Amino acid sequence: MTDWLKICTLDEIPQLGSRVVESRHGRIALFRTDGDEVFALEDRCPHKGGHLSQGIVCGKHVTCPMHGWNIALQEGRAVAPDEGGTVTFPAKVEAGVVFIRV
Amino acid sequence: MKKMKLVMVGNGMAGVRTLEELLKISPDLYDITVFGAESHANYNRIMLSPVLAGEQTIQDIMLNDVDWYAQNGITLHLGKKITKIDRQRRTVETEDGMVAEYDRLLLATGSNPVMLPVPGGELDGVVSFRDIRDVDAMLEASARYKHAVVIGGGLLGLEAANGLMLRGMDVTVVHLAPWLMERQLDQTAARMLQKNLEARGLKFLLEKQTEQLVGKNSRVVAVRFKDGQEILADLVVMAVGIRPNVALAESAGIHCNRGVAVNDTMQTYDPRIYAVGECVAHRGVSYGLVAPLFEMAKVCANHLALLGYGRYVGSTVSTKLKVTGIDLFSAGDFSGAEGAEEIVLSDPVGGVYKKLVIRDNKLEGAVLYGDTADGAWYFQLLREGRCIGAIRDHLMFGQANIGTGGHQGQTHAAAMSDEMEVCGCNGISKGTIVKAIKEKGLFTIEDVRKHTKASSSCGSCSGLVEQILASTLGGDYSAAPAAKSMCGCTEHTHEEVRAAIREHKLLSIPDTMKFMEWRTPNGCASCRPALNYYLISTWPKEAADDPQSRFINERAHANIQKDGTFSVVPRMWGGLTNAGELRRIADVADKYQVPMIRVTGGQRIDLFGIKKEDLPRVWADLDMPSGYAYGKALRTVKTCVGSEFCRFGTQNSTRMGIDLEKTFWKMWAPHKVKLAVSGCPRNCAEAAIKDVGIIGVDSGWEIHIAGNGGIKTEVAQFFAKVKTAEEVLEYSGAFLQLYREEARYLDRTVHWVQRVGLDYVKARVVDDAENRKALYERLLFALQDTQDPWSEMAAAPARKEFEVISA
Repeated sequence: MTDWLKICTLDEIPQLGSRVVESRHGRIALFRTDGDEVFALEDRCPHKGGHLSQGIVCGKHVTCPMHGWNIALQEGRAVAPDEGGTVTFPAKVEAGVVFIRV
Repeated sequence: MKKMKLVMVGNGMAGVRTLEELLKISPDLYDITVFGAESHANYNRIMLSPVLAGEQTIQDIMLNDVDWYAQNGITLHLGKKITKIDRQRRTVETEDGMVAEYDRLLLATGSNPVMLPVPGGELDGVVSFRDIRDVDAMLEASARYKHAVVIGGGLLGLEAANGLMLRGMDVTVVHLAPWLMERQLDQTAARMLQKNLEARGLKFLLEKQTEQLVGKNSRVVAVRFKDGQEILADLVVMAVGIRPNVALAESAGIHCNRGVAVNDTMQTYDPRIYAVGECVAHRGVSYGLVAPLFEMAKVCANHLALLGYGRYVGSTVSTKLKVTGIDLFSAGDFSGAEGAEEIVLSDPVGGVYKKLVIRDNKLEGAVLYGDTADGAWYFQLLREGRCIGAIRDHLMFGQANIGTGGHQGQTHAAAMSDEMEVCGCNGISKGTIVKAIKEKGLFTIEDVRKHTKASSSCGSCSGLVEQILASTLGGDYSAAPAAKSMCGCTEHTHEEVRAAIREHKLLSIPDTMKFMEWRTPNGCASCRPALNYYLISTWPKEAADDPQSRFINERAHANIQKDGTFSVVPRMWGGLTNAGELRRIADVADKYQVPMIRVTGGQRIDLFGIKKEDLPRVWADLDMPSGYAYGKALRTVKTCVGSEFCRFGTQNSTRMGIDLEKTFWKMWAPHKVKLAVSGCPRNCAEAAIKDVGIIGVDSGWEIHIAGNGGIKTEVAQFFAKVKTAEEVLEYSGAFLQLYREEARYLDRTVHWVQRVGLDYVKARVVDDAENRKALYERLLFALQDTQDPWSEMAAAPARKEFEVISA
């Protein structure tokens, strides 16, 4: 497992919003909830590959802008009855700085 | 934490549906125990008729088998009848002495068939038509005997009679009233139905009162009537109605009024005890159809889950006879009481009869015989209480005749083959939908949408899907309640939320959610954009616009495409451009290697394939205002050449279009808004399919409103005739402001005007000069000093929204 990567400060991600991170694993969507938790997911909806980073964040879910699938930020799973999942990466906030491990 | 104990008495459709809903939202709250008096698990009682008729088997109609209970950790006791509730100790007791404790008790005891209190009722061969045991008894009798008599010519009685006839019996239906199904049908439709059934071999005795069932060796052999007539009967089916089963509740001192009395949260007189289904009386009404029962189940589950929201407020019901080959539908009140108007289509030879009952410009009841394709549509009009004034002329001829047919003009779901496509957006065939309904036990259009995606995109096939649902389920299905809440996050309707924002001066989404007791911490992708719009349109310059509550297109001021790139449409006032603009567009296309440039239908140019991070620089280089092609906002104002060059032109339509566009651009709205101005009645700008269409005539301008060229083409309706360009601006602006203030989010103007009626809009805008001016001023105030988002963002120091972080 690789080391934690420093990405940005927490306030560079809007609450209930996201930022796109270009990594060696491709595009990663980095989300911030209204409780200031952060989650990192592959920026790819399991349905048709839509950019999840561009979706609307509610609670701990994001709604894909393409066809409205809901994806749980924690596990990367599509909310039933839709089926499928997207890869998640560990993410954390320490002293106002956001880290992810890819 | 120790789990609470939930005990359910009764194991029928309403009760089990409640458990399903409860498990969905709160799977771990209760230890659940179910007592069912029948020896079967939960089956679809409304499908007993097809089983009797031999069209389906018991296995086909099972909804939850024994494994389902086990998988969900539910303790199931079959064949155990609860005979006592001890409310002090909070226990229930079975007939054979088994005791179970509860923290919450759910009564779902259903109803009992009414048995006529005539001599001979206890004889062998006298049954009701209520459960699997009854069906078994009838099937057994049909194999051994010849003569069957069904007492009761209602829905259930006719279905029983049809089934027995198909099983080879000689069946006579006895009915007290002068015509069949007198509660659902008028006399004409009932006579047609009777004739059809007679042709199939059923016999009828109307206005006959049963006096006695005659027996021999303890088995029934004949039925004797009050007038002395006697007919042979080896089997007698009593189908004269059902009565809520309240014996258990009454014995425990729970208030009953025909049914177990419940409030809007499905609680009985004892707040620990809930009741759902046919056993209850809600606001004095008991229901025997599945749709209302499922609505109750949903509400009850929410309260059992301690969520404390949701109210059941009663249902409008429709009926469909489940006799193969007979199409019969009825809904609402069609008794034709005083003040009601009737539209009747009667073709006895062709076997078609339709009656629509109208009161105060609203549909109040419908009876359809022979052709029921429009049943779902009429039922929808009825439930929504829609004003039908504008479509009255065509109402009788159905939905297909008012220009709202589905794809390929399909409006008759029944006539479609399994391979035919129903949902053109998601490529869903009829067969796929039917399969999902059967295999997954779907009952509502929302269920079908979630599981199959059919009608979940543009929604134009909703009517077809509803028809498929109705025809697949054979009987009634769970139609959506009339007053819909905004979404699953709230019980409030769009109108209620809007009113609260206005009356209590709510200025932010969190405040609104708190005030309206939202169930979810920050809403969902459906309610947040709506709330954001309601706030900024009600309190311009005061309420904060929340970018995170806008769809990506409005957040990024460009249209997202399937590959994640964006398209950019600069504004060209009234469709006019010049060499400088075109040169800059060409330069941008070169510099950013734009893969596709299209001329749009709205007289503008669309640049495709722009990366999000390039957008601010593209806008700066274009140096043109935003076309708002991405927003619920004023899009384009299409124009024709007009009197400046055109030899037919009567008015300067181009100038008018530019003035309209310059006045109203930057206007957010419930949905996209498109305008057009034609300089003469030849209407080259296609103004008749726009939200506001202006047509120049020699003596001034005609204003048409609420047209739509999209999913369903709707021709705009004539609104007003004015003389000057200033009046065009004022009338159009006032109309748009009324739409902005009163329509629901995502209503196009046509949907809103259809709902409130053209007369209402005219009264507020055309007839009331003072109100018109006030509306227009409110619109101008909202638009005053707003900035072009492109120049604003291009100038701002690198917006984070558009930047990608490298890691």
